[in-house]
Amino acid sequence: MAISDVLSHRAFAQAPRRGAATRLLEDERWLAAVLLLPTVILLGLFIAYPFVEGVWLSVTDATVGVPGHFVGLANFTALLHDSIFLVAVRNTFVYTAVATVLKLALGLWLALLLNRHFRGKAFTRAFVLLPFIIPTVLSTFAWKWMFDPTFSVINWTLFQLGIIHGRINWLGDPSLALISVIIVNVWRGVPFYAISLLAGLQTINPELQEAAAIDGARPWQRFWHVTWPLLLPVTMVVVLFSVIQTFADFQLVYVLTGGGPANATQLFATYAYQIGVGTGLLSQGAAVSLAMFPFLLIIVVVQLLYIRRVEVH
Amino acid sequence: MARVILRNLNKFYDDVHAVKSVNLEIRDKEFVVLVGPSGCGKTTTLRMLAGLESISSGQVLIGDTVVNDLAPMDRDIAMVFQNYALYPHMSVYDNMAFGLKMRKVDRNDIRKRVQEAADILGIQDYLARKPRQLSGGQRQRVALGRAIVRHPQVFLFDEPLSNLDAKLRVQMRVELKKLHNRLNTTAVYVTHDQVEAMTLGDRVVVMRGGVVQQVGEPLELYNAPVNRFVAGFIGSPAMNFAPARLRDGAGKLHADASGFGLQLPADIAARLRPYTGREVIVGVRPEDLQVANGSYPPGLCFDAMVEVVERLGAEVLLDLQVGQHTMVASVEPGVAARRGDKLRFALKPERLHFFDASSEAAI
Repeated sequence: MAISDVLSHRAFAQAPRRGAATRLLEDERWLAAVLLLPTVILLGLFIAYPFVEGVWLSVTDATVGVPGHFVGLANFTALLHDSIFLVAVRNTFVYTAVATVLKLALGLWLALLLNRHFRGKAFTRAFVLLPFIIPTVLSTFAWKWMFDPTFSVINWTLFQLGIIHGRINWLGDPSLALISVIIVNVWRGVPFYAISLLAGLQTINPELQEAAAIDGARPWQRFWHVTWPLLLPVTMVVVLFSVIQTFADFQLVYVLTGGGPANATQLFATYAYQIGVGTGLLSQGAAVSLAMFPFLLIIVVVQLLYIRRVEVH
Repeated sequence: MARVILRNLNKFYDDVHAVKSVNLEIRDKEFVVLVGPSGCGKTTTLRMLAGLESISSGQVLIGDTVVNDLAPMDRDIAMVFQNYALYPHMSVYDNMAFGLKMRKVDRNDIRKRVQEAADILGIQDYLARKPRQLSGGQRQRVALGRAIVRHPQVFLFDEPLSNLDAKLRVQMRVELKKLHNRLNTTAVYVTHDQVEAMTLGDRVVVMRGGVVQQVGEPLELYNAPVNRFVAGFIGSPAMNFAPARLRDGAGKLHADASGFGLQLPADIAARLRPYTGREVIVGVRPEDLQVANGSYPPGLCFDAMVEVVERLGAEVLLDLQVGQHTMVASVEPGVAARRGDKLRFALKPERLHFFDASSEAAI
């Protein structure tokens, strides 16, 4: 009784004196603006402003403590002659391409397995997410320990199995370091692929598999002709997200190798950090990180166009 | 062209015995309908026949081959699914051609066969469209087309019409029948709709709780149901049932029920004589209840109160209160009955059904 009474009492009490603000908010244009405001402020403060500031920094000669003057594209032309930058570009592309292909392949395989019925399905699905849930820095430290030349559990296992006879210097060997870093990235990224693709798989009507089986398609043909085309839109979105994240990856490499040895694992983000924050050359650091932008833009545009084409058809 | 034999077929899901020792012989070119309420095991039986469900025990033969261990694709069957199961990313043409492509049929041959099926089904104009651009009825035709182009030994249908609206369903039902007459291929059809079963089936298999109740031609099921379940399931509106006690009175056998009593003619009496003094269930179809005129013998008439009048045009359904029972009578549209009227109804003794009260088997 009490609540309804109070409510009706209030409603009556407020009805006659509706203020100007209330009337203004009943106008949808104003209401829309008011509702959008928090988002606009957040995005502006944490994304638009740093981005614009970054663009500005990249065309000045600012260093830590020195405001700097406009220098045009001098920072960018300097990058073209910076051998470490060119190594970082090559590394970033190799890192992104290899990691994405591996993550997609393993994630898809895992998703197809998890899409079957078996005992403990729900538990296994939750368990698979673990690498994704653990904070990257923590899990990467664990990997660093596993890659340690002296204490590596991987080396120990391989040694006990009689596969190797010496020690493998996973992170110290320039030819192995990038591979090691890619392994960790794949380990961390596969759950995202697996769970997203699993969600995609579950939207596909299982009757289609049965129809295809009766139509004479073997398991591999059922996957290729039915499952894969229907999963493609989801796959493209997942790959899009993943490529952006992998391309701009920072913490994993920073914790494992810091870009070394001898820049063998230097990526866009780590190099930008090293120059901009480590050395204090803010403007050049901004130029390095902004150099990522055109590449990412091309990747995103191509993929979005492709997704749209798939969805229209 | 092939006959299909189910021999002692069983299906267990963990502890649930879903299909119980089903034996069935489907003749070559026959159209057999499995019908029953949901959960009766009809779809499971069909899926075992298709190879989509493993067989717990028993045998399935297609032609003269035991197909228990053959994959669906090797059984030479085609199936039409309830939800059509069309490949959404393929055009109508590709949907129909898919099975042939998988079997590496020559490309020109594929085109010829798809065109032929499209002509039969009247979907020539939609071959380039995607399934989602089609109406429910058109999708159903594509699903049929996909089955037809394969020229399989056996067609399997899993409630193919249940997603269509009532009018379209009647129309597709007729077309399916025509199609079967034209293609002359063995067909097994699952439905929960007894009207579909009666109209489509050369023979109908009524199932309940995983057990086959009766196999027979539609009219055989209608006229001579083997038990109360089949009697109640086949026919619409459903058969009326009333418990009655059999009593010997002055050499004649009487059935006394709440609200009416019958004096049974000699031939029926002879059949029911062993049940004298016991309870039986009397079954009478709504269309066998007729408003009495003077010429009916009083021993086969009873009075009833009209509670609801449903005028359907071609017939009138009367909901009646007879003693403690309600009954439905389907009478001529000319009968001018109103709610609350007391009418005298007559029974045709040869149209009465009697069932054992405990086993529910027909007597």
